[in-house]
Amino acid sequence: MRKTISIILLSIVAVGMSLSLAKVPFGQPKTKVGQRYIDKGVEETGAVNIVTSVVVSYRGFDTLGEVTVLFIAATGLGAVLKIGKREAAAIEPASFVLRTGCRVLFPLILVFGSYIFIHGHLTPGGGFQGGAIVASAFVLIYLGCRERRISETASTTLESLGGLVFVVAGLIGLAVGGYFLLNFVPKGQPYSLLSAGIIPVIYIAIGFKVGSELAGIIDNLIEEST
Amino acid sequence: MSFLENYAFYIGAFGLILIGLYVILVKHNLIKVIIGLAVLDTGVNLFLISVGYITEGTAPIFSGSETDGQQMVDPVPQALVLTAIVIGVAVLALALSLAIRLYHHYGTLNLREIREQKW
Repeated sequence: MRKTISIILLSIVAVGMSLSLAKVPFGQPKTKVGQRYIDKGVEETGAVNIVTSVVVSYRGFDTLGEVTVLFIAATGLGAVLKIGKREAAAIEPASFVLRTGCRVLFPLILVFGSYIFIHGHLTPGGGFQGGAIVASAFVLIYLGCRERRISETASTTLESLGGLVFVVAGLIGLAVGGYFLLNFVPKGQPYSLLSAGIIPVIYIAIGFKVGSELAGIIDNLIEEST
Repeated sequence: MSFLENYAFYIGAFGLILIGLYVILVKHNLIKVIIGLAVLDTGVNLFLISVGYITEGTAPIFSGSETDGQQMVDPVPQALVLTAIVIGVAVLALALSLAIRLYHHYGTLNLREIREQKW
């Protein structure tokens, strides 16, 4: 009964979507704003990665909202799991090969993740991707060196600092030039690391924030499972 | 044939969205419902990316080579999906933590057996 109703409902949705999508051609330019960003993006923001200049500069205020959503999700998860926390059971240590392997790989993954978010304005990547890679290094630590735990104070401090740098950079723009997230630092030479003004600063802050938030989520889930 | 070539990405994306919705509506197990949410999320991301695609377009990143003058794909949907993926992971983790809480409280993940659950 429920299946039949669901299938009827979904077929109505499918017909409606296909009727509306038949008018949207595939593979053709549909908006003018995308082309505008490609034509003027390097000149206006100094970042050669146009996706980065859209995320951090043109739509930086949106990104602040999205970072806030991420923060609320991470905090909510911590709050939901903290209720009635039990004592952690004794953990059986991992084998020697596993421990040595994760100790060798952990700094390398951290360096790769920081490379991804420091070069966000030049190459594919940025704060969100680099932060996810940094968090994957902590998954490795939790799986390989099971007795180790990241300090909760350090992760929340990094997370708050990341958010603070983003907001303060935006507010300095407001004070200097009259609007939020104004690029007040000289843009420099495109294609070089020190270019694009405040974009790398904000993306590094986002990288730290996303990395520590995702690592905190993993920490909470693993503590729950032991 | 050209119909398939033109609309394969839309069909795939909406296929994923419909599969996700079906799983959410029909399944009783909470973990399966959350998997349905994840599939729905992937479908929406794929749809946004395929709307922004331009035939023969390259990634919207200037590299200083001769390909720079050519057609690039729309950067706006890519910027949206970039953040949506990370947020999707966090929201999925939040949903799973609520599932853990529900399991501790009721001792089951079957939505039919959880009290005050209408659908």
